[in-house]
Amino acid sequence: MKDVKSQASKNAPPGRQGGLNAEIQSRIGHQLRAMYDDVVRQGVPERFAELIRKLDAPTAAHQVGSPEESGGGANDQENGRD
Amino acid sequence: MPLTDSLRDDILAAVPSLRAFAISLSGNGDRADDLVQETLLRALANIDSFQPGSNLPAWLFTILRNLFRSDYRKRRREVEDAEGNYAKTLKTQPAQGAHLEFEEFRTALDKLPQDQREALILVGASGFSYEDAATICGCAVGTIKSRVNRARSKLAALLYVEGAEDFGPDETVRAVIGGNG
Repeated sequence: MKDVKSQASKNAPPGRQGGLNAEIQSRIGHQLRAMYDDVVRQGVPERFAELIRKLDAPTAAHQVGSPEESGGGANDQENGRD
Repeated sequence: MPLTDSLRDDILAAVPSLRAFAISLSGNGDRADDLVQETLLRALANIDSFQPGSNLPAWLFTILRNLFRSDYRKRRREVEDAEGNYAKTLKTQPAQGAHLEFEEFRTALDKLPQDQREALILVGASGFSYEDAATICGCAVGTIKSRVNRARSKLAALLYVEGAEDFGPDETVRAVIGGNG
């Protein structure tokens, strides 16, 4: 019994330690989402919209092979199969 | 499955949260966008291995997360610049007080072990279930739960115990977290 108790207090789950903790956890949650949602609200940068559009038309993508495409093509790395 | 129009739209729709995830992980806007780009290229190149009807965001997040981790081992120490670059990626800079608090939060988040940080972001910000987060991270659901709990405790300690004094003016805090009452 005593063992269980001391172990339990060592790993006491957060959020069950009273109101202060709960409030702190809710602040952390808000901050985390505020940070995240700031980026989400920026939407899709043109760069990515274009990338997906281009690859959507495989024939065009094959032929063009645009030289200004900085370095990383779709097929340059072969770690793809994780 | 082949890249249909609707699948392409779904991938596009996932881009904003992929970016948010990438920035939260890396703390660096430029690097985050590179990660997203590589994720999209990988995803499109391997689109045949995507199971129709399965969770597309989770699939994309898995790719990004694995890329980040292999990349992370290579470049380890570029964190110094993180806060400044992150701030630049924001369209609207928070007001000064809020900005300070925001940076503190960002700094604290960066101090978490990577396992805990990604678990917390996936569950606490991206809104994935524990099950999906476990799939994305390739671990057990219980592991995700305990990582999230440890991450929360650690952030609480970093932000509200260690530097409790800095969080005096309640208005500042409310200014940041308020807004969706």
